[in-house]
Amino acid sequence: MTLAAVNRLIIYAAKKAVRMAALLVMVSLITFGLISASPIDPLQANAGQAAGSMSQEQLDRLAEYWGVDEPPVKRYINWAGDVLKGDMGTSLLYRRPVTEVISQKLFNSLFLLVISWLVSGVLGVFLGILAALYRGRLADRLIRGYALLTASTPAFWLALLLLLVFSVWLKLFPIGLSVPIGMEAAQVTAADRLRHAFLPALTLSITGISGTALHTREKMIDCLESDYVLFARARGESRWEIVRRHGLRNVLLPAITLQFASISEIIGGSVVVEQVFSYPGLGQAAVTAGTGSDVPLLMGITMITALVVFGGNFAADILYGIIDPRMRRGGEAVEEQ
Amino acid sequence: MDKKPIAESYRRNAAILEIQDLSVTFRQRKGLFQSEDLPVISRLNVTVNQGEIVAVVGASGSGKSLLAHGIMGILPVNARISGEMNFLGEPLTTERICKLRGKEIALVPQGVTYLDPLMKVGAQVREQQPGKEGKRRQKELFSAYGLPEKTEERYPFECSGGMNRRILLSTALMERPKLIVADEPTPGMDLGQAKRAMADFRAFASQGNGVFLITHDLPLAISAADRIAVFYAGTTVEEAPSSDFASEALLRHPYTRALWRAMPQNGFQAIPGTQPYVKDMPKGCVFGPRCPKFTKECLGDIPMRAVRQGTVRCILQHDEHKIREARESKDAQKAQEEREVQKYAGGR
Repeated sequence: MTLAAVNRLIIYAAKKAVRMAALLVMVSLITFGLISASPIDPLQANAGQAAGSMSQEQLDRLAEYWGVDEPPVKRYINWAGDVLKGDMGTSLLYRRPVTEVISQKLFNSLFLLVISWLVSGVLGVFLGILAALYRGRLADRLIRGYALLTASTPAFWLALLLLLVFSVWLKLFPIGLSVPIGMEAAQVTAADRLRHAFLPALTLSITGISGTALHTREKMIDCLESDYVLFARARGESRWEIVRRHGLRNVLLPAITLQFASISEIIGGSVVVEQVFSYPGLGQAAVTAGTGSDVPLLMGITMITALVVFGGNFAADILYGIIDPRMRRGGEAVEEQ
Repeated sequence: MDKKPIAESYRRNAAILEIQDLSVTFRQRKGLFQSEDLPVISRLNVTVNQGEIVAVVGASGSGKSLLAHGIMGILPVNARISGEMNFLGEPLTTERICKLRGKEIALVPQGVTYLDPLMKVGAQVREQQPGKEGKRRQKELFSAYGLPEKTEERYPFECSGGMNRRILLSTALMERPKLIVADEPTPGMDLGQAKRAMADFRAFASQGNGVFLITHDLPLAISAADRIAVFYAGTTVEEAPSSDFASEALLRHPYTRALWRAMPQNGFQAIPGTQPYVKDMPKGCVFGPRCPKFTKECLGDIPMRAVRQGTVRCILQHDEHKIREARESKDAQKAQEEREVQKYAGGR
């Protein structure tokens, strides 16, 4: 890479960093605004059932401790100031620092997300190419039908269906959680974790394939109808050679970009799927925090999720610039010979 | 036609490519259940003999590229092809072209879109010969065409239009084909490069091969080709030796004459009207509506006739008197030149 290219990259990254900061500020403001507008009672969340039996004095002290009567703007500034110092507050429900809760839940979720992200990406590209090659024939119609069906299937319904078939009827997989019930943490093996992650990951994969498959199919059809494939045929290349040499090259690029951009969808889906499978990940924690009025945790999860989604899109942008020679070298002048 | 006469004609003429009565139609959906056939090429005849460059000259958008694609067997699926195509005396069937293309028959396509945008051009040129020998041959061709060494590491978008033309040309010469089908190979090249390309075609043809040059550039065709087939509205209206283009009177078809008069040095006169669209082809002669010598007989079937060393799809009887005159003036000119040469030589 030339010096000019490095400079371009630095400027690009700097611009992106500013954008990311702006995005996080906006997301936190909107989340905070929504929470403030909702009938949330931090006392209820923190003290739970015990709040009913507390004296008025105790309640007042708690209210003062949590800053219930402070105006929302001041509360937001307090929260934001702490976050900048690296303190995301304490979860009202888990009674542990938010960062600790999130890192643990995120680890559980990542396991699910990465598996389903990889599976849906690889299978999506494969099925998309297959559909394009057999365009209009049985294989294509099956794949397209599958993609359209899963794209319009609600994830929770699919999750319930899989749960019913594989866990309840066939008893092949556990009905929930990420580790066996009643087992000590030290005894949990990787196989146990995989067995518990299988159905949620399968649900996310099944619904995640459709977008990638349909997009890849379109791209591959464009590619197969292109002049360069026509020329490749005129040069005696076989169908398989064309797919290998030209098809993959031209299809993988948009597929990778799409796959990184689809991280948001998988995270969105994981909220629902984790809930159905009682899988203790970030998605489930988000639902718990939301329904349980755990403001610091909800804010924290929202920020982390926004960051991951932004990171996915950012990675897609960067990768495009690195993989596609037209982007990588496009800035350099074309030399006339 | 059975095989025997073709084989004989091959021995007689050493024809590399013979195309007789070639028609290409596109089936187009019309409404929900109906479809209609669009004849884009009809009853086209052209032959490329050993050692020859034959040019097919026609206006842009007249379906010339489809002719090239028809020969290579890469027409779209909704195209129907009929007529006779023979390569080295044997029918050029779909199965046969699939085996021959890229090996015996090479295509030089029209433009940069025929290169894979994400593949380095060197690798694309070497596609069928990835080994050391291929690398050597590719370097040789690139240097012959004035493409710098580092070009092979570039992507098509990093090369200029002229460079890409020369890269496409190199792809055809990489293999050792018997026939090159070149579809508008020169636009974007400068005069020197175009001449160089034509000289390479000539050298290639003189090794007992054939070149089928498709172009809209009549002056290029006249200077480079041995014979010229004039393409109009999907068919060849005339096939003539290039030398006949020296004088209007030697040309056989009114359209060819109109083309000749449209050349800058011959008056730069355009004739009114445009080529008919495939959906409303005129009855009888395709050139009828624009022909200055149109008669009622032109509405009938117009067969291909042999006139002198060429053929013409026109019922008009030619003014043999004028042709003789033109020949005589040409002969007189030649004789004059010879006298001058002798005088010059004798003076020494």
